[in-house]
Amino acid sequence: MSSVPMIAQTAGRGAARAAARKRNLGGAGVNRRPGWITYTLLGLVLAISAYPIYYAFLLASSDSATIAQNPVPSLIPGPNLFDNIGRVISSDIKFWEAVGNSIIVAVVTSVSVVFFATLAGFAFAKLRFRGRRPLLVFIIATMAVPAQLGIVPLFIVMSKLEWTGKLVAVIVPGLVTAFGVFWMSQYLEEALPYELIEAARVDGCSMIRTFWHVAIPAARPAAAMLALFTFVGSWTSFFWPFIVLGSTNPTLPVALQLLQASYFKDYALIMAGVVAATIPLILLFAVAGRQLVSGIMQGAVKG
Amino acid sequence: MSVTVPVGTEPGVPDRTRRVPAHDAPPEDPRQRRRNLLGRLDVKVSPYLYISPFFLVFAVVGLFPLIYTAYVSVHDWHLIGGQGEFVGVQNYLDVVQQPRFMTALRNTFSIFLLSSVPQVIAAIVIAAVLDANLRAKTFWRMGVLLPYVVAPVAVALIFSRLFADQAGMINSLLGTVGIGPIRWHADPLSSHVAIATMVNFRWTGYNALIFLAAMQAIPRDLYEASVIDGASRVRQFFSVTVPLLRPTVIFVVITSTIGGLQIFDEPRMFDQLGQGGADRQWMTVTMFLYELGWGAQKSFGRAAAVAWILFLIIVVIGLINFAITRRIASTAQPGSESRRRSRAAARSAARNIEKGGLR
Repeated sequence: MSSVPMIAQTAGRGAARAAARKRNLGGAGVNRRPGWITYTLLGLVLAISAYPIYYAFLLASSDSATIAQNPVPSLIPGPNLFDNIGRVISSDIKFWEAVGNSIIVAVVTSVSVVFFATLAGFAFAKLRFRGRRPLLVFIIATMAVPAQLGIVPLFIVMSKLEWTGKLVAVIVPGLVTAFGVFWMSQYLEEALPYELIEAARVDGCSMIRTFWHVAIPAARPAAAMLALFTFVGSWTSFFWPFIVLGSTNPTLPVALQLLQASYFKDYALIMAGVVAATIPLILLFAVAGRQLVSGIMQGAVKG
Repeated sequence: MSVTVPVGTEPGVPDRTRRVPAHDAPPEDPRQRRRNLLGRLDVKVSPYLYISPFFLVFAVVGLFPLIYTAYVSVHDWHLIGGQGEFVGVQNYLDVVQQPRFMTALRNTFSIFLLSSVPQVIAAIVIAAVLDANLRAKTFWRMGVLLPYVVAPVAVALIFSRLFADQAGMINSLLGTVGIGPIRWHADPLSSHVAIATMVNFRWTGYNALIFLAAMQAIPRDLYEASVIDGASRVRQFFSVTVPLLRPTVIFVVITSTIGGLQIFDEPRMFDQLGQGGADRQWMTVTMFLYELGWGAQKSFGRAAAVAWILFLIIVVIGLINFAITRRIASTAQPGSESRRRSRAAARSAARNIEKGGLR
């Protein structure tokens, strides 16, 4: 009972909760609700965030003649969205292949990053071994190394392996991230009590079973966030897939580049491609945006 | 009788081994001894096993390429022909003497400054607005983060249309207030502004959330004290919020330096040719690297030289950042140390209250 704060013991749980709310929410020291100026400012920020995406949707639902006549599109979408997306699908950018490739790469790298990061994070946070601290420092240091600058040798390696143009060339470099390991070890440090590990060990669990039955369940919230960030990062990444895959076997961003290169006058078509490539992530954002927000905010306090 | 079960946990914590009665098997039983040995091996080896996937993959796709870049950069090396002779610093000289290199360097720094400085300021202001007792808090936070899920390539396609020189929406709107058409693609500085806008669009909200988290970690009694001292809200912002955000600002600036100096996606997609404009007016260093290695020259040696130069530039700027940070930290007010401690205490206190409330 010693972990229950004083206020909860003396004034009941409801009072503790109310006090906590009061303490956490006060805006700049003042607890009153902000006025309309704040909401107007926020509305403006929101409009700036959302309008360019809506603009792509407006152009995607229009046609080239209308776009040429009206630099400022009407706020009401036109009737041609599905026509234009249909033209994207039947154009020679291998749209469905690109969708499939993007899904494969994003899913495989997310699963792999989360698994290996949890494994390594568990070891760094809770296990005792020689070199633990220097190795963790090394991992943190690698986060500051711009890995993109190694692309020339990486490309040489991939051509030696005859992996250029194949998805494996994009997947393998994304299998682990230093950020993931750091993130999971930070989280498990706090979220996984030693007592649980010891209990599992005393009950005769091997290390890997302890990891499986104790660490993984404890890691779940942070793992979900890490998976989200990895998925978004993979879905939107361009530079390396563009170099190593080329037009033969594109992911979605590479396909968008092809679309622009071959149909650059047809804005309705290009924006339809943009919309088609962005919709999956907008849907993901609608479902899991809350987790992205809290993931960024937690990472900020710790990092 | 008892056996010692080693529990591989945090060092420094006393007596992490536990004595357990071993009533099922006496220690002289060879099966039991083997099991003990395996158990000890498990404890010793497992941690290394668990961290090895990261180090293996990182060694192959991260560390090796970075070091090998230096090797490639001192050789004649062709995209298709492969490795040639050792040429010393010739690639570096070739690269530095190309006028395009200086152009690329200028463009990269210009775009970087135009994107990082306004972005940090805007993000802090947005965070300050979000750091209020808002209704539908999550809605507003998600709203500012929305651009983050749009791929840079898609952002670039949208904005290159918004910033079109002819019949673009932004020029058309500027025209209605009498500002004559800006040549967003033709002028170097204008094109940098347009590209920086894409970066700002995608990252300002993300950084605002980072600042918001840091602001919420500032103990509220500091604000209360400033209210008692008669500070206005604006004065509060500049005298309490901004100084306490300094570590977060440095964190954001360092991460955006590493990313910003490697910028490729947005300028690559700013027009359909992807070369950085007719006069390379918005070609960045990474685009130059791509052009050397995979464009007309197909010289991996020179591309690697550019990569290595860019790496050194990023390291130097990182060190400068670090030095400035140290300087600021050491000239900070004498009270800052105790303030930091009180902030940490407040944060953990708040966390405890929260946990207690939830339990």
